[in-house]
Amino acid sequence: MNEKLLVNPIECKANGACAELLPEMITQDEWGYPIVDGRPIPVALERDARAAVSACPTLALRLLRS
Amino acid sequence: MTTAVQGVPGEDTATSLPRLLPRGGQRPEDWYAHVARHGRLPYRNRPGDLIRDLAAAGLTGRGGAAFPVHRKLSAVLEAAGKRRRTPVVVANGAESEPASDKDATLLWLAPHLVLDGLQLAAEAVGADQAIVYTHVERRNDVASRLRQAIAERMAAGADRVAVQLAEAPPRFLSGQETALLSHLAGGAAIPTFMPPRITERGLGGAPTLVQNVETLAHVALIARHGPRWFRQVGTKAEPGSMLCTIRRADGAPRITEVPLGLPLRSLISSPDGLSGGPDRAVLIGGYHGTWVRAADAMRLTLDNHSLGAVGARVGAGVLITPPPDRCGLIETAAVVRYLALESAGQCGPCLNGLPRMAAALTELAVGRQRRQTQADLERWAGLVTGRGACHHPDGTARFVRSALVTFAAEVELHQRGRCSGTSKAPFLPIPRGSARTEEDWM
Repeated sequence: MNEKLLVNPIECKANGACAELLPEMITQDEWGYPIVDGRPIPVALERDARAAVSACPTLALRLLRS
Repeated sequence: MTTAVQGVPGEDTATSLPRLLPRGGQRPEDWYAHVARHGRLPYRNRPGDLIRDLAAAGLTGRGGAAFPVHRKLSAVLEAAGKRRRTPVVVANGAESEPASDKDATLLWLAPHLVLDGLQLAAEAVGADQAIVYTHVERRNDVASRLRQAIAERMAAGADRVAVQLAEAPPRFLSGQETALLSHLAGGAAIPTFMPPRITERGLGGAPTLVQNVETLAHVALIARHGPRWFRQVGTKAEPGSMLCTIRRADGAPRITEVPLGLPLRSLISSPDGLSGGPDRAVLIGGYHGTWVRAADAMRLTLDNHSLGAVGARVGAGVLITPPPDRCGLIETAAVVRYLALESAGQCGPCLNGLPRMAAALTELAVGRQRRQTQADLERWAGLVTGRGACHHPDGTARFVRSALVTFAAEVELHQRGRCSGTSKAPFLPIPRGSARTEEDWM
């Protein structure tokens, strides 16, 4: 089942770890906040996506079943 | 009461407006006047019954989002059954839009119609708790008026569900649904992110129905007169009437109840005939709304289908035509500064983007723009959109973008060191004082 990424913008503190671990789907805006590709995560990137979610120090990034 | 309340010019008896506000009067309606005009509450004695009528009527929320009312009620009723929790209903009268005065006027003049709607909505979803959430710092003492009305109803034995009053802090976002819930739960009136749907889990975990006060007044009338009566005015797709706040050259708000689909021409033309430069514009929908060229607005009607053609929405019915001696850029810059200060500051893109947009607009307004100012504005408008917990950044970005398009000629004028505005007195109303500490959101 394909999953999607979801950022809680209140919890996000622009740490940037997610964009480093999953640059294919997460870029940063000019203030460091993530711009997330909301499309389903391709199978090949699932492992990196999980790493990005785990790396967020404020637990702002989540995987959502689509 | 300085607000002028009038029917539509040329109203006829078939469409019979106004429906909500007392006819030709500025005197608040007490319980007896209310019952004389509308009769007693038509309780249905069964949860759910009214929902069918509301669906047939096609009533949508009048707080701005135009969400179908029956769908919200159905969702609450269903969640209550599934989770075996008794729901809560909230009348949202926190009209935070500074340019809007229709909810405060309705609560002041016809509080019983709103309270009727609240009782009927409570019955329809089987709620045992009802709350009216409203600002106290308005021109009229709406809270005292409501307290008096609730006492009158108690004496008359009209209500089946007890009604509590709650006070909204004077912030732009305090009427936003998640902010409202957070405040009613004892916290600051700031938005939260993606709670489970509040129709399922809202106040104290109970399924919660939040409806704008005008919406509830329509509910009270649909319960009495039925869906066919409701549809006698308005368009097929957007039936019924709505309250509007009209501000024209003289600045005093005029509250009027009009049918959806009414030509805007009849609402925005003023004695000065909308003269002025090619940049003469109308602000539709308030500070999260859209600037539209007056010449375009004259061809549109007051419904989302028509307004959608120029990227505008009916919203909560705010229509503002600044006088020709004001500069649209100066007005826009002042409003965006206010909106930036009213950000709850929780989400990075809003916290960073809105003050930058406000500063860039000030550069445009005072004729000190840098080469990249406009490009910055457009980029920031894109960057903040869709990236907040609430729609504050989205609404602000829409307002900014529409200003750049509508006042394009004025921007060029400013680049040459000129300005078409001869009066620097701000026209769009901006509340004084921004939040400094969390206390200001309580």
